[in-house]
Amino acid sequence: MSAAAASLPVHVPVRTHRDYQASPATREASWVRWTLLALSLGFFALFLLLPLVAVFAEALRKGWGVYFAALVEPDAVASIKLTLLAAVIAVPLNLVFGIAAAWAIAKFEFRGKQFLITLIDLPFSVSPVIAGLIYVLVFGAQGWFGPWLQEHDVKILFAVPGIVLATIFVTFPFVARELIPLMEAQGREEEEAAIVLGASGWQAFWRVTLPNVKWGLLYGVILCNARAMGEFGAVSVVSGHIRGLTNTLPLHVEILYNEYNFAAAFAVASLLALLALVTLALKTYIESRQEYVA
Amino acid sequence: MSIEVRNIKKSFGEFHALGDVSLDFPSGELVALLGPSGCGKTTLLRIIAGLEFADSGQVLLEGEDASDTHVRERQVGFVFQHYALFRHLSVFENVAFGLRVKPRGQRPGEAAIRRKVRELLELVQLDFLAERYPSQLSGGQRQRIALARALAVEPRVLLLDEPFGALDAKVRKELRQWLRRLHDELHITSIFVTHDQEEALEVADRIVLMNHGKVEQVGTPQEVVERPGTDFVADFLDLDDHGPAWLVEAKIRHRGYSLRAANELERAA
Amino acid sequence: MSRRIHVLPGFGLSLGYTLVYLSLIVLLPLSAVFLKTATLTLQQFWDVISAPRVLASFKLSFGAALLAAAINAVFGLMLAWCIVRYEFFGKKLIDALVDLPFALPTAVAGIALTALYAPNGWIGSLLAPHDIKVAFTPLGVLVALIFIGLPFVVRTVQPILEDMETELEEAAASLGAQRWQTFRHVILPTLAPALLTGFALAFARAVGEYGSVIFIAGNMPMVSEIAPLMIITKLEQYDYTGATAIAVAMLLISFALLLAINLLQGWNKKGKR
Repeated sequence: MSAAAASLPVHVPVRTHRDYQASPATREASWVRWTLLALSLGFFALFLLLPLVAVFAEALRKGWGVYFAALVEPDAVASIKLTLLAAVIAVPLNLVFGIAAAWAIAKFEFRGKQFLITLIDLPFSVSPVIAGLIYVLVFGAQGWFGPWLQEHDVKILFAVPGIVLATIFVTFPFVARELIPLMEAQGREEEEAAIVLGASGWQAFWRVTLPNVKWGLLYGVILCNARAMGEFGAVSVVSGHIRGLTNTLPLHVEILYNEYNFAAAFAVASLLALLALVTLALKTYIESRQEYVA
Repeated sequence: MSIEVRNIKKSFGEFHALGDVSLDFPSGELVALLGPSGCGKTTLLRIIAGLEFADSGQVLLEGEDASDTHVRERQVGFVFQHYALFRHLSVFENVAFGLRVKPRGQRPGEAAIRRKVRELLELVQLDFLAERYPSQLSGGQRQRIALARALAVEPRVLLLDEPFGALDAKVRKELRQWLRRLHDELHITSIFVTHDQEEALEVADRIVLMNHGKVEQVGTPQEVVERPGTDFVADFLDLDDHGPAWLVEAKIRHRGYSLRAANELERAA
Repeated sequence: MSRRIHVLPGFGLSLGYTLVYLSLIVLLPLSAVFLKTATLTLQQFWDVISAPRVLASFKLSFGAALLAAAINAVFGLMLAWCIVRYEFFGKKLIDALVDLPFALPTAVAGIALTALYAPNGWIGSLLAPHDIKVAFTPLGVLVALIFIGLPFVVRTVQPILEDMETELEEAAASLGAQRWQTFRHVILPTLAPALLTGFALAFARAVGEYGSVIFIAGNMPMVSEIAPLMIITKLEQYDYTGATAIAVAMLLISFALLLAINLLQGWNKKGKR
């Protein structure tokens, strides 16, 4: 099920530019070129650019005063804090997992490796709503651990732990799937060389493996973080939507929007859009670095 | 330091890479493991290094059983076929690596490390490249840096896996004469793996011919050329086709000649 | 004989940690869905998923996802082509922004698209006079799914297009092929596997998509309700069994479709050899 599994194809940036327009064999008639450009750029503007612009335009429609008021309002601040908390827990956990999985998969041979990779990719091919549902089935009142949790007064569902768990699930593969192909391509000769030269396993890892994959690692972390902060469906199912308590930023956007408080909804949404733009900028920067290193 | 392997056996699944190999590598010699690809020579080299573990049999270093000694403690220098230089470190830091990862008590001071690395870079005649990165070097330069890096930890033996395999013909010729000179200077027990009979005949003190995980013949270049032990040896050394053994002998003499010439050049300089 | 098999350390630790973490976070919770379904009889299961409202949501989710993936395959290919082959102002920026749907939280995309396509929105107000309604109709679902799936196609096709040797096209031209013939018989077959993969990825993502869709869909029963929303609706009625049955049906259908696409791709590759 590899097709289902992959979600973010690693993007190799445009390398040495070829001049396709120089040779008549790789050039189209100019009317074809202009038609293609007009169609695809029109499509791009309509479906990608306009929504982005709309977020900021709607956010500022009622002026900066309303905009900032929406951001400093206590429920908004609480949702920002919760979103940061979920990301601060989920990202490092998935980072450590990603490194461990990549180390085992890329540096050693064992049976069932391909199957393991497929399993790691699984969360990408599951609908976010189903991702939420599984935790309801495990921790909900009618779920496996529901009665036990109730008895001991532990709240997971409709509380912060549930939100964190759902976030971990949907961001689970990000770091691992960046690192596995990268570390597989690099092989294990450099680590072996380090060990022959007297390095311990940790020294080989810190001094050789990690510096070699640092850009790929950062890439995975950035994408993992963007998804962790922006997840909606899975978190929506397990949150319970308690204002000021279990609302993340995206859920807060939903509530404001459903209350027809559009200006505030878009103001909060613009924060998330800014996060997306920062993510894309960092991503582009890392890709250029990777290109430089390679 | 002498190396001895006793009754080494190794299989990968169904494939028998090595079937009961026993060999002696006397101290200070430069030995070639020669054979076609898949004959087990690289596996044997990696087992001696401790990068691979035999299914049965022993590796003795200086008469002591080292079979269970970790590669880290074997004090071997290993030059990888594709050099395995650390791509994120400069040439200087590559060579210094083995010194920097020593346990705190044995680690030389910064000044001592600098001195040692300089010495080694001068030895391989690449001191002007210290600040470059591996990706900025030519194949031959990488090869010599890999050797300098391996020598930095003062290994008791030097193991080279197809040291000239990835180089073009001209550089390959130059480097193998250079390796021979270097060995004459350092006298460190060395084993190199090659599939190129010319290379083995020209550089090695002694040649181990291998085929299908078995040793076919051991001897000096002269011996294997004059008295090939098996049909395989005669065939692999091309002794029939190129018929006259004198041609090969000329090559061996050629090595002696170039060696003399190099020594004279050094004296002159 | 207790000999170390690996020179590099940490195999047991890293693999063990991987398996434990994977089991705790993914496999155990996911198995809950299937175990829950196992408590149903086949008849009960069938009753849930063949209810007209649920069936309608399946039709909408899978139909709109297929259509959106197909539209993305066409326009994604064109966009990738323009980015790789042509020089134009703002190309680098556009190249970077193609990934926006990956980075933009789905809820934000959802309300932004709704604002654009609502009858009083920038685009909606242009369409309203022609009696075209997008927001709060199945068409709105399609728009959201196109948004979410575009980068999958562009990012799988783009690297293949960049790596493609121009010699192929030059050879075709030297043999007398028209530009269109070269595209049809040389370029497109080379790109086909990547295009199919991009299509499959966009489709898989679109089927399960929730956040960007529910705002623009209007969520009218039988008309513009998507399958993931049906799961939520069942959950809100504390009908865990119903929710689980729909989830399992969704998982099975998308796995089957993707398996078919994988097979098609394998068959496609074999045919080439």
